[in-house]
Amino acid sequence: MDPETHLPLPEPVVLGGGRDEALPAVQPLEGKPASLPLTDTAALVAPPALEVERLNLWYGAKQALFDIDLQVRKNTVMSLIGPSGCGKSTLLRSLNRMNDLVDSVRIEGSVRLGSEDLYAPGVDVIELRKRMGMVFQKSNPFPKSIFENVAYGLRVQGEKDRLTLEEAVETSLKGAGLWEEVKDRLKESALGLSGGQQQRLCIARALAVRPEVLLMDEPCSALDPIATARVEELIFELKKEFTIVIVTHSMQQAARVSDFTAFFWLGKVVETDLTEKIFTNPTNRMTEDYITGRFG
Amino acid sequence: MKATAWLRRGSPFVWVSGGLLAFALLMITTLVGYIAIKGLGFYWPKPLVELTTTTGPVLGEVTGHEAATAEDPERIQIRTANRDILGQDFRWVPVSEIQARTTPPEALVIERLENGTFFGSLWRITQDGKVLAEGPGAPEEARRRLAEAKALQRRIQSMEKDEVGSLNQKLEDLRLRRRKLEAKGEPTAQAEAAEADLHNRFQHLQEELEAFRAQSNGLQVTLRTVDGQEKELSLAGVIRIIPVNTIGLPRKVSVYLARLWEFVWDDPRESNTEGGVFPAIFGTVMMVMLMSIMVVPLGVMAALYLREYAKDGLAVRLVRVAVNNLAGVPSIVFGVFGLGFFVYTLGGSIDALFFPEKLPTPTFGTGGILWASLTLALLTVPVVIVATEEAIASVPRSLREASLALGATKWQTIRQVVLPGAMPGILTGLILAMARGAGEVAPLMLTGVVKLAPSLPLDAQAPFLHLDRKFMHLGFHIYDVGFQSPNSEAAKPMVFMTTLLLLGIVVALNIFALRLRRKLRARMGGSTF
Repeated sequence: MDPETHLPLPEPVVLGGGRDEALPAVQPLEGKPASLPLTDTAALVAPPALEVERLNLWYGAKQALFDIDLQVRKNTVMSLIGPSGCGKSTLLRSLNRMNDLVDSVRIEGSVRLGSEDLYAPGVDVIELRKRMGMVFQKSNPFPKSIFENVAYGLRVQGEKDRLTLEEAVETSLKGAGLWEEVKDRLKESALGLSGGQQQRLCIARALAVRPEVLLMDEPCSALDPIATARVEELIFELKKEFTIVIVTHSMQQAARVSDFTAFFWLGKVVETDLTEKIFTNPTNRMTEDYITGRFG
Repeated sequence: MKATAWLRRGSPFVWVSGGLLAFALLMITTLVGYIAIKGLGFYWPKPLVELTTTTGPVLGEVTGHEAATAEDPERIQIRTANRDILGQDFRWVPVSEIQARTTPPEALVIERLENGTFFGSLWRITQDGKVLAEGPGAPEEARRRLAEAKALQRRIQSMEKDEVGSLNQKLEDLRLRRRKLEAKGEPTAQAEAAEADLHNRFQHLQEELEAFRAQSNGLQVTLRTVDGQEKELSLAGVIRIIPVNTIGLPRKVSVYLARLWEFVWDDPRESNTEGGVFPAIFGTVMMVMLMSIMVVPLGVMAALYLREYAKDGLAVRLVRVAVNNLAGVPSIVFGVFGLGFFVYTLGGSIDALFFPEKLPTPTFGTGGILWASLTLALLTVPVVIVATEEAIASVPRSLREASLALGATKWQTIRQVVLPGAMPGILTGLILAMARGAGEVAPLMLTGVVKLAPSLPLDAQAPFLHLDRKFMHLGFHIYDVGFQSPNSEAAKPMVFMTTLLLLGIVVALNIFALRLRRKLRARMGGSTF
């Protein structure tokens, strides 16, 4: 039996309908101890892992990002929310220089990972991408076996030792909460997994290279609620080891999983703060309107 | 009102397109059916008819009928065989001259290694001049001894081909080595001694062979035609004896299958109008395989560069246009190029560099299977390039990004993700290329196909694969047998059978590639296409 079916559905998060009403407290995620506050106190004092400074980005003549300033603290989850086309994904893809693949892109400003500027001349993009794991909107496992999918990142780095690979695959699959489900069929094609399993496999694949930051581009948008709950639980676990930036369209998800939230609108960061604060007492009127569903 | 609705739904177009498809199918079925009937029908044992005419008796198979015309009376065509006695295989007999028509039970079809089939009777069988059987019992006795005679014949043939052949090869090698030494001015005594020794062995083998031949020739049969002419023949020269008018269906089926088997697996005889076409089958398949081995890397590399590395601009667009136009160049032009560049320039240089001792006999400086395959690879490379480009473009972007995001380089991504994903599409290109390549004849005629190749391009003699050898090809075989043969009427069934075989081989090669593609697609989970 599919273990996913054993999981209870996450409690739906009810957000306030009117502006005058006080927003009810966000329900804690299932599996997360209720006694803990939504944001770990440790998050508040964590050093910054990723710093975006005055980032401007153009697609040809059209500017897509305007003066983005953003700080992601180590071992926290930062969610990027905002209406479609506001530049969340573009920013995310700028963080591991995936936008390099698009010919017409021009970028100004800096992104610092630790002490290194990603956009400084002479940066080894290949090395950089190893430090920034990425999980995509639609699960995209390679048409290879489950084992080879997870081992891919290590293999392209030249790792040949069977034992090392096996160990890394097991750790990553455990880290992604998939080990128990697939340990007996590592040799089978990854395409035979269910949608939720495939997405967790993609997460495991990203974990296998031991990145510092995990970028997630709407990782649950193609998943059913049960699979979504599993991934969210996983994000909660993963932040103990990784710094996570997640783009999401689901306000509930942002509220459930993230410590910090940044609200984007038309290529600008409107507001960024503790998730609790954004969802209960946003400073900006626009943020409040968006969160309460008045636009976007 | 109803008519407009009918038009608006496009019903007439559905009918027209459906009808045209049916028409196309009908044409293809007719084509294959016609070829199959004409070719396969020939091998069925037909009854021998004896006609008593005013000009004497005629024995043969009835093969045609012609109504009276202004010049000719009504007449029938008889295949009389006995080419050596009558001068030709076919004969027209005016119906008015026929007095009686019987199917004599004693009439035999005797297939011979030389001079084609014999129709008539077997009168006597002798061994070293002693009569073993005469009269009605002779055919039975001859049939009994046929297997034994054939075994002896095979022994002689294998001796001629393998032992004498390898000795000849060694002698030739020695001669070349001696010439090399002479050219350098070094002593040649050792080589000469070895040569003399080989000559001795050669002599010995010849004597042995002579003895076998004498034994084989000792068994003679006397054949008699319907009008009483006699013909002596060594039993070893007989393939099979069929009392065609008395055998039942099972025997007929077995004769039919034996003839088909002979057609597919035997060497040709009698300037290709009889026997089998095995060397041509082998040559065709091997040529197509060699072509595939060369065309895939060539086309895939070119497409990869065009699609993945080259900056899209005027130059790339020009290259694309050129590639597409290349696909439309008449194949004979490629043949001329192959002859001029591959055979004369490239082959000539190879000979001058590596085989100077053999000159003026060319090794690679003449047409051969290597040059023919290369020419065909060039001819079909545009197909592979276009198909590969499309296949590469259809590998989902998300997979490339996933790979790049994991720290893979562009080349690793291409190698691990793009190429495997594009494999089914590349194979589609290969299938198209093979279908085109297997059917080409014109460029091959200039670059290495021959009417009769003495040995296959792949055999047991080192270095096993002889890329410099000339080869036979089914397509050329059709042309040769049908239009260059001295006896085209007799060769007609061969033309149809060879055509059928060529079709079959193209289909078989395609099915092989299709299965490979399906297997690959299944492994890709069908996600890429």
